[in-house]
Amino acid sequence: MIDVAVIGAGVVGGAVARELTRMGLSLTILEKNSDVAMGATRANSAIVHAGFDAKEGTLKALLNVRGSKMMESYAKELGVKYKRNGSLVVGFSDEDRATLEELLERGKKNGVEGLRILSRDEILAIEPNIGDGVTVALEAPTGAIICPYELCMASVGNAIDNGAELKLDFEVKKIEKTEGGYAVSSDSETVLAKYVVNCAGVYSDEVAALSGDDSFTVMARRGEYMLLDKECGSLVSHTIFRCPSKMGKGILVSPTVDGNLILGPTAENIDDKEDKSTTAAGLSKVRMQAGEQVKGINFGKTITSFTGLRSVGSTGDFIINEKDGFVNCAGIESPGLSSAPAIAEYVRDLLKGAGAILSEKADFCGKRKPMHYFKELSVDEKNELIAKNPAFAHIICRCELVSEGEIVVAIHTNPKPRDVDGVKRRTRSGMGRCQGGFCSPYVVEILARELGIDYTDVTKSGGKSFINVGKTKEV
Amino acid sequence: MKIRELTCIVCPRGCALKAELGEGGEVLSVSGNLCPRGKTYAIDECTNPMRVVTSTVRCESGAVVSCKTSRSIPKGMIFDVMKEINRTVACDGLKIGDVIIENVLGTGADIIATSMG
Amino acid sequence: MNTKATKELSAELVIVGGGPAGMAAAVAAYEEGIRDILILERDDNLGGILRQCIHNGFGLHRFGEELTGPEYAYRYEKMVRELNIPFMTDTMVTAISPERVVTAQNTEYGIFTVKAGAVILAMGCRERPKGALNIAGTRPAGIYTAGTAQKFVNMKGYMPGKEVVILGSGDIGLIMARRMTLEGAKVKAVCELMPYSGGLARNIEQCLNDFGIPLMLSHTVVEIHGKDRLEGVTIGKVDEARRPIPETFEYIPCDTLLLSCGLIPENELTKDAGIELDRITNGAVVDGDRETDIPGVFACGNVLHVHDLVDYVSEEAAIAGKAAVRFIRGEGKKDISVQVKCDGKVRYTVPQRLTEIADTRIYFRVADVYRDMKVTVRAGDTVLYQKKKQKLAPGEMETVELTRDMIDKAQGLGAPIEIGLI
Repeated sequence: MIDVAVIGAGVVGGAVARELTRMGLSLTILEKNSDVAMGATRANSAIVHAGFDAKEGTLKALLNVRGSKMMESYAKELGVKYKRNGSLVVGFSDEDRATLEELLERGKKNGVEGLRILSRDEILAIEPNIGDGVTVALEAPTGAIICPYELCMASVGNAIDNGAELKLDFEVKKIEKTEGGYAVSSDSETVLAKYVVNCAGVYSDEVAALSGDDSFTVMARRGEYMLLDKECGSLVSHTIFRCPSKMGKGILVSPTVDGNLILGPTAENIDDKEDKSTTAAGLSKVRMQAGEQVKGINFGKTITSFTGLRSVGSTGDFIINEKDGFVNCAGIESPGLSSAPAIAEYVRDLLKGAGAILSEKADFCGKRKPMHYFKELSVDEKNELIAKNPAFAHIICRCELVSEGEIVVAIHTNPKPRDVDGVKRRTRSGMGRCQGGFCSPYVVEILARELGIDYTDVTKSGGKSFINVGKTKEV
Repeated sequence: MKIRELTCIVCPRGCALKAELGEGGEVLSVSGNLCPRGKTYAIDECTNPMRVVTSTVRCESGAVVSCKTSRSIPKGMIFDVMKEINRTVACDGLKIGDVIIENVLGTGADIIATSMG
Repeated sequence: MNTKATKELSAELVIVGGGPAGMAAAVAAYEEGIRDILILERDDNLGGILRQCIHNGFGLHRFGEELTGPEYAYRYEKMVRELNIPFMTDTMVTAISPERVVTAQNTEYGIFTVKAGAVILAMGCRERPKGALNIAGTRPAGIYTAGTAQKFVNMKGYMPGKEVVILGSGDIGLIMARRMTLEGAKVKAVCELMPYSGGLARNIEQCLNDFGIPLMLSHTVVEIHGKDRLEGVTIGKVDEARRPIPETFEYIPCDTLLLSCGLIPENELTKDAGIELDRITNGAVVDGDRETDIPGVFACGNVLHVHDLVDYVSEEAAIAGKAAVRFIRGEGKKDISVQVKCDGKVRYTVPQRLTEIADTRIYFRVADVYRDMKVTVRAGDTVLYQKKKQKLAPGEMETVELTRDMIDKAQGLGAPIEIGLI
């Protein structure tokens, strides 16, 4: 029997797994998808919120502010790109100004540092492309940007490197209380663990219900996004939020750590927790609002659009509790990414309270090589590596300049990818302006070779998402 | 008398052709063509349409090499010719122009390699 | 290999890209007497995208016979090899400086530089990806650009799908409709947003009509369905403003959606070098020599503007190749500066400016389908030349010849030359 089964390999499950591994617990992560970071972690705003949004005294407020403070060093240790670019919540009216004043006060109470209200002139001085209708803004210098799936992959990978186990395609169907713990089962396998941590995202209510806890529900909220070419990435330097109003929270316009421009999300509650489709209406709303917040966005430079499903809990706050050694981390909607490192500590303390024996693992190594380390090297350093492994000079993805060497390293680095999208999230191969048009046939070839599988067995994203359906000449 | 409208496929210009057909389907005249090949095309197209087939052939190594019919074949035989190509395994190391199938299905056209294997 | 210092090479002429444009430019430069040439090609062989264009229709203009893509490419590859023109394959150029220092990388030299007397850009183009189209729905496997599918089928020997819908009627899409059909797939429809096709008439005839594949003009794909693999698409007719009409929506089951929605010159290197680009062609602004606004840097082929015919790519590349040699020899004379403008019905011209009084062929494309128009060359109010055209379409590149005389007149009037339709 292992100490802990963590259900769900998203950004929360990953941070929890890493922290508990650090504290010397034996641990298995159970993930129903074929890769990590496949839920809300894969598709969100990629923002580390400053912490003025959540109501004072809530878990959201507490963990967001704590998480935001932890994030820079947390990301650095894991080699994850992080940039404290600051954020602006922009308003268009006197009513908005009043709302921003409230947010300022709330932020101060939550312990957010450096907040201030800016006039239009002050905004223009730092963001010359701000929309013409913007009259006022709340500036939060501690706001930051990060790549959420990279953070998740790094946390999970680091946990695995330190002894944790990851089981993919493990969909939890049954949870039984046993003597001294739980039996967590999929259709084909059972894992016995003393403690269970439920980080199952939009499905965390269903996982809780399997253990007999139906005290909360989680609803999926659709958020549609557009991602623009790097050419547009420097249109703004801050994350530009829209002042929340009766019309809702509004969308954001932000640079990403990789240099693209992200627009979104919409917010629409939906019944189907698998429905990650975009809609014409949603994308049109994103375009309209983004255009009001920031001038000169060239929507023709959109390289992809996507939908993320946020986990909206029935209590309005994060639902993080423990009973009989079963911990729920549910309803982790925004600011979930920002809070993740703090949630991990919180869960650690809950387990301690539940009797888990924690002691820092002596040989724990929290450091991880950055995923895009090769790009960051100097020419001489690159040439030194190329001399050892010439595949680092062989470019596969022209748009993002990703080499065969980097792809091969990624395929053999925890958590190991098994499909084209997995390689893409790890290396950025296919993430550029041609969206894999040129490189995908080569990536398929490399995956087949490195995994020792047939070319036709390579998938886009696990399951039956085969890239090719057969060979020619065999019809 | 019947008029048949055609798009010439001989060259990228794609002339809009008009063929005047007699009682027995014979071509009486062709107009709209900017070169003599257009006339030939229209006559063929109305009486016995012909096409060059381009495809690939699998080689012993498992790789594919591009190939074509050395001249046009009757349009109605395209899929029959494809079947012949598909069931052929060519040797490795083909050179452009190498004959892979001689006189395919008696059409008088060879299947020849169009790239270097 | 020396791991300490970056390898520094030099060449009189560096050509970025070993496709039909790059090879033709190299051969032309060789014929002008230059030997110190270096072609840098990112793929594992010379030939560029032609290697996967296994259909025929190439070379009628250039070689007087109908060749397939690989055969056409090999004609040039053979010349390059027989002339011993130096080239490197699997070599990616990552930067070009205004001082004409080219940075590249390959497995042999690592990251290295080449100091060039002149540079010819011949990187070709890429296809417009799905993201730019903003189609609603899911993101399953089974959605490829036509060119990616072409690579899978023709180069790798794999079938990306069995039941196909094609969005966009560009030539590669039409060609792939036939190709997939020949390999046993069922192509259910080709949808084209515009009321006219973007491809050549002959390809509609021999790739669609021959196989009974419907071409649905003024139609688009409005939604993508399927979780793991594509399961179907919703298509619909669009109104005059290209907005989908909900009453016309129709679901088509399919496992593959191919996109053939336009080509974009690959000018990232050009842009980074600070070279002025034309907003319409997405290629560099050039003069009659195909020289960009950085002296000694030339561009030709699909990286300059997307061509319909490789024959014209070769023709243009030869112009750039010869001009580059003149530049290397210090003979490039730039005695005038006359802009070439278009009237809106004509969308773009190449070249966009003239720097020499010499007979010059202007390539242009029109914005819409026009019938019975006069192609008009004017300078100010003076009409310099007119010719009648029965039909002009955006899918077909047109040309007009400017004589020394016309350019001289425009120069005298101090007015730009305007190419238009009346």
